[in-house]
Amino acid sequence: MSVFAALIARDLLMMRRRPGDVGVVLAFFVMATLLFPLGIGPETNLLARIAAGVLWCAALFAALLSLERLFVTDYDDGTLDLLLLAPGPLELAALAKCTAHWIVTGLPLSLLAPLLGVSFGLDGTGLVVLTFTLLVGSPTLSLIGGLGAALTLGAPRGGALLALLVLPLCVPTLIFGTGAVEAAVSGEGASTHLAILAALALLALATTPWAIAAALRQAGE
Amino acid sequence: MASLHFLANPARFRRFTASVLPLLSVVTVLALACGLYLALIESPPDYQQGETVRIMFVHVPSAWLSMLGYGLLAALGAALLVWRHPLAALMARASAPVGACFALVCLVSGSLWGRPMWGAWWVWDARLTSMLLLFLLYLGHIALTHAYDERERGDRAAAILALVGVINLPVIKFSVDWWNTLHQPASVARLGGPSIHPAILIPLLVMAVAMLLLYVTLVLVRTDTEIDRRRLEIATLEPDERTA
Repeated sequence: MSVFAALIARDLLMMRRRPGDVGVVLAFFVMATLLFPLGIGPETNLLARIAAGVLWCAALFAALLSLERLFVTDYDDGTLDLLLLAPGPLELAALAKCTAHWIVTGLPLSLLAPLLGVSFGLDGTGLVVLTFTLLVGSPTLSLIGGLGAALTLGAPRGGALLALLVLPLCVPTLIFGTGAVEAAVSGEGASTHLAILAALALLALATTPWAIAAALRQAGE
Repeated sequence: MASLHFLANPARFRRFTASVLPLLSVVTVLALACGLYLALIESPPDYQQGETVRIMFVHVPSAWLSMLGYGLLAALGAALLVWRHPLAALMARASAPVGACFALVCLVSGSLWGRPMWGAWWVWDARLTSMLLLFLLYLGHIALTHAYDERERGDRAAAILALVGVINLPVIKFSVDWWNTLHQPASVARLGGPSIHPAILIPLLVMAVAMLLLYVTLVLVRTDTEIDRRRLEIATLEPDERTA
């Protein structure tokens, strides 16, 4: 098995041993999303218009919750030191951790989102486009979040600082993700927005593993 | 480039600033006085906007300088990570709050200008949003620098953040071209040359130069202070804590 696949398998195994961690993130996503109709009122037109934004923001916050602990267990038990000393590229290990994070956070969130979108009164086109935008955009969130987690690894009160670092960098993804749903629902077609979302994901993929590796080397010293 | 190596020695840097700062401060004050006179008194009121156009003479240079400041943070980050330049971390700590203040001045002055012009204190168009993101990136940089007990860890983490966030600069610059925006499109730094009448362009450039001098003066003074602070930290360490 390649190193990349082995690292992902290890992370998934560790997360499967603690299903509560993963479940909490999804439960938070659902709870945070359901608070908005309760707070804003049941007017369907208004809810349908804000659905994409609310779901995207809730997905962002839910991803932030799980990002804090992305590297902490490895940092504490010495696995990070082993990865730093390993012959393979650290960038690959960083990418593997972000991929594992996406598999247990971004992917379930994207698949759960259409169910919650129904409760907001979003129509069929909107639901499909929303799922697509989350599927394309959540890897970006995992990658940028991984960078934030690596930069704040070992810092006291790192959780709040992580949010301050990650959210500004995730804003373009958020804007185009919600813009895509709005464009699709109003009939303009979401292809431009989805293309830009994909471009942002590729840009994150091409740059963040190196930044994360550099940050992990800082943490390991 | 040789001067960067020349100034890497903190003592030499102190001697450099000690010789340069007195004259630089005087020139900065004169330039600011000249710029403010030209901007607030000499330049004509706008045909449509009247006197409120004078906010531009503060708003535009501070925008330019906040972007320059972030570029400097990114360059210092590269100098720290790639060349391990001794003063890069100190100058980054010194210049980040200055750049953040210029970004804040840009946002607030723009908001004050937007109220009479557009009828709104704030709109969520591309340029204002990306400028706000720049301000938040500055805050993140400052917070990350001070997040660790170990000074070097914070400096290097913030350097990485500065380099990653530099992608925001072209977004700010071209945001008025790429999106439908309420904000005025590029009028100075564009392919066909400036489109502003010299009567307003000259005071604008003078204010820009004056603010640039102010920025340089502030950063040099603050870097001196950071060197002193670092010396004090080292001097108050226990003998066995001091490393090379």
